[in-house]
Amino acid sequence: MTAAPLLEAVDVERIYRPGRDIEVHALRGVTLSVERGDHVAIRGSSGSGKSTLLNLLGALDRPTAGYVRYDGRDVRDLSDPELAELRNTTIGFVFQSFQLLPRLTALDNVALPLIYRSGTHRSRRDRALAALEAVGLSDRVRHRPSELSGGQQQRVAIARALVTEPALVLADEPTGNLDTATGLEIMALLEDLHEEQGTALVVITHEQHVAERARRQIELRDGEVTGEHVRVDPTPRRGAP
Amino acid sequence: MQAIVANRMRSVLTTLGVVIGVLSVVLLVAIGQGARTEITGVIEGLGSNLLFVLPGDGDFGAAPTRSRFTTEDVELIDRALPGDDERAAGYVIGGETVQADGQRVTANVFGVTASYPTVVSRAIGRGQPITESDVVTGRRVALLAAGTADELFPGQDPIGRTLTIGSIRFRVLGVLERVGGTAFGPDRDRQVLIPISAGQRLFGTNRVDAIFVRADSTDTIDSDRATIESVLAERFAPEDFSVLSQDEIIGVVGDILQILTLVLAAIAGISLLVGGVGVSNIMLVSVSERTREIGLRKAVGARTRDITAQFLLEAIMLTGFGGLVGLAAGVGLAELVAVFAPIPAEVTWWSIALALGVSIGVGLVFGVLPARRAGRLDPVEALRHD
Repeated sequence: MTAAPLLEAVDVERIYRPGRDIEVHALRGVTLSVERGDHVAIRGSSGSGKSTLLNLLGALDRPTAGYVRYDGRDVRDLSDPELAELRNTTIGFVFQSFQLLPRLTALDNVALPLIYRSGTHRSRRDRALAALEAVGLSDRVRHRPSELSGGQQQRVAIARALVTEPALVLADEPTGNLDTATGLEIMALLEDLHEEQGTALVVITHEQHVAERARRQIELRDGEVTGEHVRVDPTPRRGAP
Repeated sequence: MQAIVANRMRSVLTTLGVVIGVLSVVLLVAIGQGARTEITGVIEGLGSNLLFVLPGDGDFGAAPTRSRFTTEDVELIDRALPGDDERAAGYVIGGETVQADGQRVTANVFGVTASYPTVVSRAIGRGQPITESDVVTGRRVALLAAGTADELFPGQDPIGRTLTIGSIRFRVLGVLERVGGTAFGPDRDRQVLIPISAGQRLFGTNRVDAIFVRADSTDTIDSDRATIESVLAERFAPEDFSVLSQDEIIGVVGDILQILTLVLAAIAGISLLVGGVGVSNIMLVSVSERTREIGLRKAVGARTRDITAQFLLEAIMLTGFGGLVGLAAGVGLAELVAVFAPIPAEVTWWSIALALGVSIGVGLVFGVLPARRAGRLDPVEALRHD
């Protein structure tokens, strides 16, 4: 008997009704799955529905039809506190615009997810420090986001995503606001951490060269999956089936 | 918490309404309380075990009744009461211009029976009291209260000197001991006492405005009251007179002033409400500004109730802090008022508790709406917001 995949989307549809007679079909029946430790890229141009898909995969939104399941649990069955807990323990987000809180230091930003679970102030601080060290920013822990470069801010965001030791990191155009060189650094960092910690990595992107780095690439167009490529890799990744 | 500190200026302006509201409540209640204490003090200072015989049915809210008492009633009451001492005293009062030696003041002139100073415990400082014979003959002699003596005869001895009350000349018999001034109520150090008969002639009447009776002790108050009532019942209809004990008057006065104090507090409370509305307004702005932050917090695991609690707490901290500042300012101002002005101000523990409780309550009530709005934000929309 096979265990349920970490994350599974089955025939997922998402319809928006911005006006009374207007219907926008952002997703028209998407099916995909992500196993633990997997590295998946979802590639699509703007308007393909990739942001909508990210929101659904990240349990920030519910599908109009179809299922999104985490370890077999349907997201639609979860209450607001349960969804919050899912996001807190299982998912780590990395956003294109970093989404750091401007008034907090890097350390406090990284520690933020830990506030929403039990634990002492010191344990939070220690874990945040460890996460920042893992992304190479030990010397910037007291800096505010405005005092950091784009690449450094994204590192802080990655540290924040990983501080809760989630099973999955969802990255939405992580290199979108960075120059090419920095972008590559960030992708390398994400991939290194994914390998070291066995965290599944799902990258949403419109860029081909970013998508190609993943083991699996899923093409999304006009709200539908139009293709999937799996890279045949001589080096097996840790945690892959 | 950072949010409050970061927008220091805005937080200060927001809490200003709460600060002023709390300040006003504390200060006005202090003044009301002080007035109450002082006025009851004046009434008690007249001596203890006093009964007040007043015209009318004792309803303080109604228009004053013309007195129909005469000096004969005073004598009848005195005779009816057990014991030899003179225990009843009557007075008639009018405001008159009093002049002496180029100095001119307006003072309360009391025409009194000879027993008056004893009955209301008004000691003579220097000179002679008004005697029974003075009253019988209507002699034009006067006793000055200490303040009036200073005003009319500054730096001189007034005894034996002449002064004019209205247009009639009187000779100064003596000076009363200083009692101490109060802001509210009559200033007992600015009075002139003359024989009641002379006073009645001066005012052109034969009425007695009110009668004081001193009971022997607290135990005899009720029996004395009954005696007085039976004497007067033979001469007047029941609605024409009332006999009140000191406690009763203090009670009524106290109640009136208590209501006044509460009214003042309520009015001050309105400004607190306005302050609360200001807090609500700013919290809504704050929520709107921090929409992205709320979205992010939800993305990392905050529940709706976590967000709501966070913003509600911020509102309460704002108003609670404003309450503390307002409290300190109110207490400080009350102390200042008590020192520099004749207006009394007495800070009570319940006004402090009320002010603090209300300021926190205001934070709760006016913070709930914005806090709930914050909690209910959809994370997807919120993260997209600019």
